[in-house]
Amino acid sequence: MGTQILMPALSPTMTEGKLARWLKKEGDEVRAGDVIAEIETDKATMEVEAVDEGRITRILVPEGTEGVAVNTPIAELNGGGAAAQPQAPGQPGPVTRQPAPPAAASPAVGQVAQQAEDHAAIAARGQAREEGAAKAGEAAAAPEKDWGPTRPITVREALRDAMAAEMRADDRVFLMGEEVAQYQGAYKVSQGLLDEFGPKRVIDTPITEHGFTGMAVGAAFTGLRPIVEFMTFNFSMQAIDQIINSAAKTLYMSGGQLGCPIVFRGPNGAAARVAAQHSQCFASWYAHVPGLKVVAPWSSADAKGLLRAAIRDPNPVIVLENEILYGHTFECPTAEDFVLPLGKAKVERPGKDVTIVAYSIAVTWAMQAAEELAGQGIEAEVINLRSLRPLDAEAIAASVRKTNRLVTVEEGWPYANIGTEVAMRVIELAFDWLDAPPVRVCGKDVPMPYAANLEKLALPSVAEIVDAAKRVTYR
Amino acid sequence: MTERRPLSLHVPEPPVRPGGKPDFSRLAIPQAGAVRRPPVDVAAHDIHDLGYSIIRVLNRQGEAVGPWDPKLDPEVLKAGLRAMMKTRAFDARMMMAQRQGKTSFYMQCTGEEAIACAFQMELGKGDMNFPTYRQQGLLIAQDWPLTDLMCQIFSNEKDRLRGRQLPVLYSAREAGFFSVSGNLGTQYVQAVGWAMASAISGDTRIAAGWIGEGSTAESDFHSALVFASVYRPPVVLNVVNNQWAISSPQTVAGGESATFAARAHGYGIPSLRADGNDYLAVRAVAAWAVERARRNLGPTLIEWVTYRAGPHSSSDDPSRYRPKEESDAWPLGDPIERLKKHLIVLGTWSEERHTQMQAEIEEEVLLAQREAERHGTLHDGPRPSTATMFEDVFKEMPRHLREQRQELGI
Repeated sequence: MGTQILMPALSPTMTEGKLARWLKKEGDEVRAGDVIAEIETDKATMEVEAVDEGRITRILVPEGTEGVAVNTPIAELNGGGAAAQPQAPGQPGPVTRQPAPPAAASPAVGQVAQQAEDHAAIAARGQAREEGAAKAGEAAAAPEKDWGPTRPITVREALRDAMAAEMRADDRVFLMGEEVAQYQGAYKVSQGLLDEFGPKRVIDTPITEHGFTGMAVGAAFTGLRPIVEFMTFNFSMQAIDQIINSAAKTLYMSGGQLGCPIVFRGPNGAAARVAAQHSQCFASWYAHVPGLKVVAPWSSADAKGLLRAAIRDPNPVIVLENEILYGHTFECPTAEDFVLPLGKAKVERPGKDVTIVAYSIAVTWAMQAAEELAGQGIEAEVINLRSLRPLDAEAIAASVRKTNRLVTVEEGWPYANIGTEVAMRVIELAFDWLDAPPVRVCGKDVPMPYAANLEKLALPSVAEIVDAAKRVTYR
Repeated sequence: MTERRPLSLHVPEPPVRPGGKPDFSRLAIPQAGAVRRPPVDVAAHDIHDLGYSIIRVLNRQGEAVGPWDPKLDPEVLKAGLRAMMKTRAFDARMMMAQRQGKTSFYMQCTGEEAIACAFQMELGKGDMNFPTYRQQGLLIAQDWPLTDLMCQIFSNEKDRLRGRQLPVLYSAREAGFFSVSGNLGTQYVQAVGWAMASAISGDTRIAAGWIGEGSTAESDFHSALVFASVYRPPVVLNVVNNQWAISSPQTVAGGESATFAARAHGYGIPSLRADGNDYLAVRAVAAWAVERARRNLGPTLIEWVTYRAGPHSSSDDPSRYRPKEESDAWPLGDPIERLKKHLIVLGTWSEERHTQMQAEIEEEVLLAQREAERHGTLHDGPRPSTATMFEDVFKEMPRHLREQRQELGI
C-alpha cells in the first residue's frame, strides 16, 4: 500500500517551513535514509530523509513553496495512500506543543495552522472587545496611545527590529552573546544584524556567561550600552553574581557615579521538551532585586516597544522573552518612534466578573480561558503585566475594584512567584473590594520533566485557569 | 615616553566559511612516532613541548610506530574497532529516529568515536567519568545495553530517568557515567571534587572530567585547574578539541593564542596533546594519564585533537557556517578507517570481514531499537508514569507535593 510523505517537524517548536528544493523527482526510487528534499525554517536549513523505501509517484508540494505546515503531505510514495498515517512507524509525527490528534493528515494540518494563529487571533478578539467596552465607557485602565497603522510581524522580527532601530540611532549600542553573529542567534533573533552593523557591534563570544556578562557590565560602566543575549536565561545563572552584585548595585554603591545601562535578554521559561535545566522561569528571581527592571513581553508590539525602552533606559533591564512566542505573529505599530513605557500594564480584554493577571505566554492561556469563561457567562478582564518591575499595581487594583476577584497566571513555580507579589499588592491597595481569596495558577512545584505527558501536567493549563476563575466567582 | 595612539581590538579572523576552500595549514602535524614518551612521574615543566605537539602512533601506511605504540593484541584492537563502529551505527539510527519524530533531539559523535571508546578501556570498575553529551562511546565501549540508551532517548516507559531528562543526557552510575549536564562545564570541576573525595577517603578510584574546547572558556574549567593544581587529586582532565562549538571555531575559545593543552602549564599540571582520531594513540595516552592518577602522582590534562564531522546536534546545519568538504579535508582522517587499515596491514583483517561486521552491528542496533520501541517513543506507545512526577524532588515527598498530585488525580 502506498503512503504519503509528510512535512516533518525538525524541532519541537516548528510549525511550518519552506520546501526549498527537491532532490528527487517523480518516478525516482528512494531507499530509507536517502536525502529527498531540503527544507528551510526560520532557524535552519535541513535535509529531509526518506523513511520508507519505494518510488515517488507524485510530488504534491513544489519546491520553493513557503509556509508549508508540519504534517502536510508533500509527496506520495508507491501510489500514495487513501489516508496518510502521521503516527505510523516510519512517518514523521507532528512535534507540537500540544500532542496532535491521531487524525488523518489534513485535519492535523488544520490543527497546526490553528495553533499558529491562536495568539494573534485571540489578541485581536480581546482588542475588539476592548474597543467596544471603551465606547461603552467600561474600560478600567487608560487607553494606550494610538500609534497609528500596524502590520503583522513575528515576535522574533519585533525584537530584531527593536535592536536594529536602537543600534542605528545610538552607536553606543552593541549586541553580544553566543552565536549571535555568524549564526544569527541560536533562535535567529539577531537575523541580519551582523551584515548591517559588522563584527565590532555584533559579537560572538566565547562560551562563558560569567565571562561575557562581566565584560559587558564593564563596558556599560564606560558608558556603552551593551545588549547581552543569553542563549536561554537558564545560562544566566552562571552570571548571576555579575548581574545582581555588580550591574544592579554599582550605581548605588558608587554614590551615583557609575551606572550600568545594559540589557540582558533571551528566552525564559519552558519551551518544549527541553527538561529541567532548560525550562524554568526566572521572573521572580530578577524582579526581587532593587536596581533591576524586569519586563516580559507577550505580543510583537510588547516585544518591540519594551525592548526599545529597555535599551534606552539608563538602568540594567532584564527582558524575559519566550521561545514559543518567537514564531508567532501579532499586529505591531509601524511608526518609526514606537516605544512602550516600562512599568505599564495593558488590559488585553475587558471584563467585569474576574481579573486575570498574566505575563508572557501565560497571557495566551488567560485569553483562551477568558473566551471559554465568556461562553459560561463569566466576563473576565485579562491584564498583560508587560513589566514585572516596576509593577503596575494601580492598574491591577483598579481592575479588582471593578471585578472584586483576582486570579494570577504564570508558568513559574508557586513559591514566592510574581502572582504572590500581585496578590499582596492587591491586598494592600484594594483589600476591601475583594470578594474572594485570590488564586494563583502556576507551574507545579517540581523541576520540569522532559516527557511530553509529564511536561504538560507540570505546566498550568487553560482548564486550571477556568477552574480558578469559577472558584473565585463561586460558580 | 611612548607615543599614545588610538587602540584597536583584536577579533579572531573568521576561518573558512561556506564556499571557501578548507584550510588546515595552521595545524602543525608531526610524523607518527616522532614525539617522545616521558616517564609518568615527569615534572610538568619538563614536558611543556608535548603540549604543543601531537602524539601519534598510526602512520599514513597504517603501521603503529614510535614510543607510544601500546602494542595491543589484535583481538583487543578488533574489539575497539567494533565499539567505534557500533557507536557510529547507533548514532546514525538515532539521528534517523529524530527525523522520524521518535525523539525530539539527538547528538552524534561522528568522527570522534576513538576518544571515548579507547579511553574507557583504560579505566577500571568504580572509576567515574564526568562526560559531556558527546561521550556515548564510554558506555557503548563497555557494552552497556543499547536498548537502555534508546529508552532514555525515546523517553518511554522503560526510561531509567523516568521521562525527566533531555534525550542523550544519560545517567548510569554503575557504569561510571555521571549524569550529563545540559549546562556546559559544570561537570569538570565536579570531577575534580569527586577525585579529591576519593583521595581524602583513601579510596583507589579515580575520576575523568570531559569538556569541549569551546567550554574551556567557562569559569568551571579554570576553577577545576586551580583545585587540581593545588590538591593534586587523581583525575584525568580531558579537553576534546573538535574544532567547532556550534558555529564558533576553536579560535573564539582562545585556540589562536595557545593550545588547549598549554592551559595546564600555568597551573603546573602535566599535559599532553594527542591525535584523537588514532585509536592506538588514545589508548596509550589515556593509559599514561590513568597510571599517574593510580600512582597518586596527581592530575593530567589531555587535549584530544579531532574534528566534529557531523552537526552539533539534530537542530544544527553546519553547511551554513563551514564548507561541506571541510570534513573530508581534515588531515587526521577518520578513526574507524585508520584502525581498519592498521588491522589489514597486520594481516588479521580484510574488507570482507569488515563488511560482515558492519552488517552484524547494524542488525544488532536495529534489534535493540525494535525492543526499545516496544516500550514507546516520544509520541507513540507507553509513556513514563505520570504518578512519578512528584517523586525525587526531595528525598521524601513533602505534604504539598502529595496534595498537588492528588489535585491532578494521578
